[in-house]
Amino acid sequence: MSMDTGNDLQGLEYSGSLKTELTLALPGGGGAETPTSGSKRGFSETVDLNLGTRSDDEASVVTQTHPPKAQVVGWPPVRSYRRSMMKSCKFVKVAVDGAPYLRKLDLETYSSYQELLSAFEDMFTCLTICDVMNEKKIMDSANGTEYVPTYEDKDGDWMLVGDVPWKMFVESCKRLRLMKSSEAMGLAPKTSSSKGSSIN
Amino acid sequence: MCLFQSIMNYFPEEVLEHVFDFLTSHRDRNAVSLVCKSWYSVERCSREKVFIGNCYAVNPERLIARFPRVRSLTLKGKPHFADFNLVPHDWGGYVYPWIEAMAKNGINLEELRLKRMVVSDESLELLAKSFPNFKSLVLVSCEGFTTDGLAAIASNCRYLRELDLQENEVDDRKGQWLSCFPDSCTSLVSLNFTCLKGEVNVAALERLVARCRNLKSLRLNHAVPLDVLQKILAQAPQLTDLGTGSFISDPDSETCAKLKNIMKKSKSIRTLSGFLDVNPRCLPAVYPVCTNLTSLNLSYAPGIYSTELTKLICHCEKLERLWILDTIGDKGLGVVASTCKELQELRVFPSDFYGVGNAAVTEEGLVAISAGCPKLNSILYFCQQMTNAALITVAKNCPNFIRFRLCTLDATVPDAVTNLPLDEGFGAIVQSCKGLKRLSISGLLTDQVFLYIGMYAEQLEMLSIAFAGDSDKGMLYVLNGCKKLKKLEIRDCPFGNAALLADVGKYETMRSLWMSSCEVTFGACKTLAEKMPRLNVEVFNEGEQIDGSPDGRHRVEKMYLYRTLVGPRSDAPDFVWTL
Repeated sequence: MSMDTGNDLQGLEYSGSLKTELTLALPGGGGAETPTSGSKRGFSETVDLNLGTRSDDEASVVTQTHPPKAQVVGWPPVRSYRRSMMKSCKFVKVAVDGAPYLRKLDLETYSSYQELLSAFEDMFTCLTICDVMNEKKIMDSANGTEYVPTYEDKDGDWMLVGDVPWKMFVESCKRLRLMKSSEAMGLAPKTSSSKGSSIN
Repeated sequence: MCLFQSIMNYFPEEVLEHVFDFLTSHRDRNAVSLVCKSWYSVERCSREKVFIGNCYAVNPERLIARFPRVRSLTLKGKPHFADFNLVPHDWGGYVYPWIEAMAKNGINLEELRLKRMVVSDESLELLAKSFPNFKSLVLVSCEGFTTDGLAAIASNCRYLRELDLQENEVDDRKGQWLSCFPDSCTSLVSLNFTCLKGEVNVAALERLVARCRNLKSLRLNHAVPLDVLQKILAQAPQLTDLGTGSFISDPDSETCAKLKNIMKKSKSIRTLSGFLDVNPRCLPAVYPVCTNLTSLNLSYAPGIYSTELTKLICHCEKLERLWILDTIGDKGLGVVASTCKELQELRVFPSDFYGVGNAAVTEEGLVAISAGCPKLNSILYFCQQMTNAALITVAKNCPNFIRFRLCTLDATVPDAVTNLPLDEGFGAIVQSCKGLKRLSISGLLTDQVFLYIGMYAEQLEMLSIAFAGDSDKGMLYVLNGCKKLKKLEIRDCPFGNAALLADVGKYETMRSLWMSSCEVTFGACKTLAEKMPRLNVEVFNEGEQIDGSPDGRHRVEKMYLYRTLVGPRSDAPDFVWTL
């Protein structure tokens, strides 16, 4: 019964409670495992059961092959309406080479690369987007430094912003970095006008 | 008693009716109707507002027979846990039979308020065409309709005052429902379409607002841009309740400047919500209305950082109700505590369901609020962690809680400092808050917390439990102790047959009991159903043995029982077995 599912979960990291333990270590406190009462069905044991699926769903269990965090149906208890409203929210950190601190922006509030570039202008007021030979570039108007927008994707690779369709970009982008052009060797966009601007 | 009776009988019925007119609460009216036959009779013929907390406890025929003069009906359908996807999709809760019966019987329906019910377009069309004096439609957490149904309401309800759609799942057919309000419609007082996902005809909206001079409450959806908001506000300075649509604009633009100016003139706004899609740098436009705000809902705006939130809240000294996201942080709650001395209700919702690691709030924020806001009586708090010490402090600071709902993001997390269960903390809450009516508990909890609840929570009407307790004793403490309990909902707890069957009569004093992923068996549910004919004991049988009679020892995944005057319902889907 519930014991079996407990065994099945050994390979599945319930990263939730572990994460909590690690990040919330208080002086003199915790660090010990979360004690779960043995006799009851623990929260972590329930994690793999897909309880209360809508009847039009196929009966059964967690379908993701590699869930980043295990989820229990209906927990935390938040209305589906609220969950669906909140889904659109994708905050990523934005770093600018040479700037002392990072910013964060919500990629979901933009619907195109053009809007994203404008957001950079808004956020880092020293930067402007300039049209240079049909290509949009980000420049620090004060000292003429050129920046190339790059991002780290889900696989941990640093990519040039603008190559993939916008939605795909939003999906895979974990953080942004405005890299100085001079450092972006091998990544900087080709200046040949035949290629045109890849950032639309 | 005889003397009293004869004195009361001396009063003609009209006098009694006039006296009863002063009783607006349905509970008072229910009490009055139990006094004697003549009071029952006078009361029932004069009652205009009827509240039915469980649509399956009675039926339309009985409603109409008892209250022929009903003008306003409130109905609730699905069990509360349906909000969290624990109730299968087509369980029930259809409003159509009610509307049909009232239409057939010439009921002069003016107001319909529904919660967690299935509302079809057909029902809305029938509603719109059957009741010439219909004035007010409020739908909360309902589903099953589209904007076509709304078009029917808009087109046909000539005296419509209120169309209030809160958190419904609506299929947006991208039609022109808003344009269906005829030019002759000038009666709107309240219009809320925040939950609609599609575009609306903004020109029609502007015209509608311009001609409805009594419009007090207007809540837009995300498709209404900021420049339209500004134009609308200019037309409606009398608004008291505003829900913005999209709040995105270039903050340096003329639109934002105009908006700020208009806000300065909107001196009546007391309730503010919306901010779906928000550019935080546009927020200062609303500062002018903040000074008089009593209610603020920013809980759908994850894009606002803590610093901007606190800057806004600093202006809101008269706030009585605040709904916010945990992005505010403990520090932000500290600002709320020092600014909002009139605060009565606080809800802090989670911004991050999947534990990506965004900082949430902790016990510190809650303690700060409890220390700073002496009028606090209602809280819903989703938090990363909690401690007994904090809860004990909160209990001392705020003995006036009527509703206390605490939800730890990890359902079985122990005290963050001592690693002990949170029994003592919640125990302090129930002991101190003598007027507590609603309680939700979470975190690591043993049977002990239920001992405290049973002992101290004398006024408790609704209790929500998840992943808590060790044995049947837990549930028994609650059933034996909480005399005023009306709704009990339990999920994933080790409560079984002994607890379920210990006091079967108790369930007739309650509205309903929900148990899912507990230890009750099919056999026990059957026994209960046999002993108590005035309960519907529903067992949900999803994807398991559909045929034949299941083994009595088989554990039941979901059970929902409720008292009823009308026996098993006829609209139950296949997977629901009423035993």
